[in-house]
Amino acid sequence: MSWLIALRAILHREALRFLGQRGRLVAALVRPLVWLFVFAAGFRAALGLSIIPPYQTYITYETYILPGLCGMICLFNGMQSSLSLVYDREMGSMRLLLTAPLPRWWLLLSKLAAGMLVSLLQVALFLGIAALWGLRAPAIGYLAVLPAAGLAGLMLGAMGLMLSSLIRQLENFAGVMNFVIFPMFFLSSALYPIWKMREANPALARLCEVNPFTHAVELIRFALYGQLNLPALGWTVLATALFSAAAVWGYDPARGVQNRRA
Amino acid sequence: MTRLALLPLIFALPLQAGEIWVTNEKDDTVSVIDTATLTVTKTYPTGERPRGITFSKDFKRVYICASDSDTVQVMDPDTGEILHDLPSGEDPEQFVLAPDDRHLFIANEDDAVTTVVDTQTRQVVAQINVGIEPEGMAISPDGKIAITTSETTNMAHWIDTSTHSLFANTLVDSRPRHAEFTADAAQLWVSSEIGGTLTVFRTADQSEIGKVRFEIPGVNQDLIQPVGFRFTPDGKTAFVALGPANHVAVVNAETLAVEDYILVGRRVWHLAFSPDFSQLFTTNGVSGDVTVIDVADRAAVTTIKVGRFPWGAAMRP
Repeated sequence: MSWLIALRAILHREALRFLGQRGRLVAALVRPLVWLFVFAAGFRAALGLSIIPPYQTYITYETYILPGLCGMICLFNGMQSSLSLVYDREMGSMRLLLTAPLPRWWLLLSKLAAGMLVSLLQVALFLGIAALWGLRAPAIGYLAVLPAAGLAGLMLGAMGLMLSSLIRQLENFAGVMNFVIFPMFFLSSALYPIWKMREANPALARLCEVNPFTHAVELIRFALYGQLNLPALGWTVLATALFSAAAVWGYDPARGVQNRRA
Repeated sequence: MTRLALLPLIFALPLQAGEIWVTNEKDDTVSVIDTATLTVTKTYPTGERPRGITFSKDFKRVYICASDSDTVQVMDPDTGEILHDLPSGEDPEQFVLAPDDRHLFIANEDDAVTTVVDTQTRQVVAQINVGIEPEGMAISPDGKIAITTSETTNMAHWIDTSTHSLFANTLVDSRPRHAEFTADAAQLWVSSEIGGTLTVFRTADQSEIGKVRFEIPGVNQDLIQPVGFRFTPDGKTAFVALGPANHVAVVNAETLAVEDYILVGRRVWHLAFSPDFSQLFTTNGVSGDVTVIDVADRAAVTTIKVGRFPWGAAMRP
């Protein structure tokens, strides 16, 4: 029972935080929309990209980057939500949370679930706006994309938790942007197919292929067309498990990094 | 990768199955696409550089313009066997079968003539001098008027089929490629590849009614080169292939306004409807494939690999 109370409290706090910061929702939506309407328009691939699965015919660049931008929402939100723990730690509210008589992994998981739900809400809103703009997927895709984006949200949230256990001050968020978010986003299949990257630089293409964010994006991409990409699912689940384990380890008072530094 | 999406697709398949025959200009073959499974089921060899393709009324024979073999080939569509060749004049590119199911009107690009061939006696009935580089061919539904468009003279030549003589010549925009009468024969539409327009004429007095112009955001105007087009059976809509613009335009045939652009493969030449008119097949020359368009949704569904440089397309139920 107390487990559920903790889960509810954490979800409630995340919801309050999300609703309290209207600007955050707007910012979270404006970011991918700018990419969609400005960046994609600038690319002028109006003549179509060559056909790669799951697409069965020629697509415009806007259609290609749509799943990548869903991934971008999960990436930014996962980082933001998890790194807010750094703020909590600075303000002392984390001490209260971590003294709850519950396993720490449960508290972290609750935090992850809360962040994921916020990601899903943003993804749904974004896809809705894109559909109004004329970028539509099959109906079944809108159902299938939710678990896919949910898993992507969990994976990226877990990665954020892992990082947050290493970061002592919120000022380091800029560093996270530079060294984690941007490389992950650009070294992935979100903005360009990997075969195109391979033509330019095979080594970079290899990096794209091992980047878990690529697999999260491909999972979302296939799901949006009602298809399951099993390898992408496998890699995303594996990465989620590894990041979660690292986060639990990082927050463990006996072994964690924080403890040693404190 | 599991295709969860396949199940609903199976139920969405058209009830009336048929075939789309596509000529592959560089492969010297025809590819046969099954409209139910959307796969290439057969490939038959043809003469050199096959372009125009059309079926006899009973669909028991298929006529193929083998341009570089300087002949029109007659093929048995059940076996792919070439039954015989027809005299066609030099470099036949496009042709049209008269409503009598017997006379072929063939544009001879290099000779500036239109050749009329009797498919039963296999004899040339007439040769009519037209403009330079004739290409587009059309015949009115009553069979009384044949049209040849000439690429260099930039004209539509109106031929009286009873006398095999020209009775009118009308100017169109640069490099006319394809001509088609509306089902009620009241209008003639001609596409101009370099001019980037479609010109619509009133059949009764050969006067110009209007022009269709195209504009695709993000695509250079020079690349918009209308070639083949088809009317829906209700006559309300025309689908126009726009060549290297890689799009098919959806034109309201009453207002001549463009309502939609559909992204297809590279350098789209000609089009053919499925037997129930629910799907439209486009031949994409440079990308070597055929894009299938859902006519009701006005959206590309899938793209099928065929031979090199697919050009003409014809339907067989």
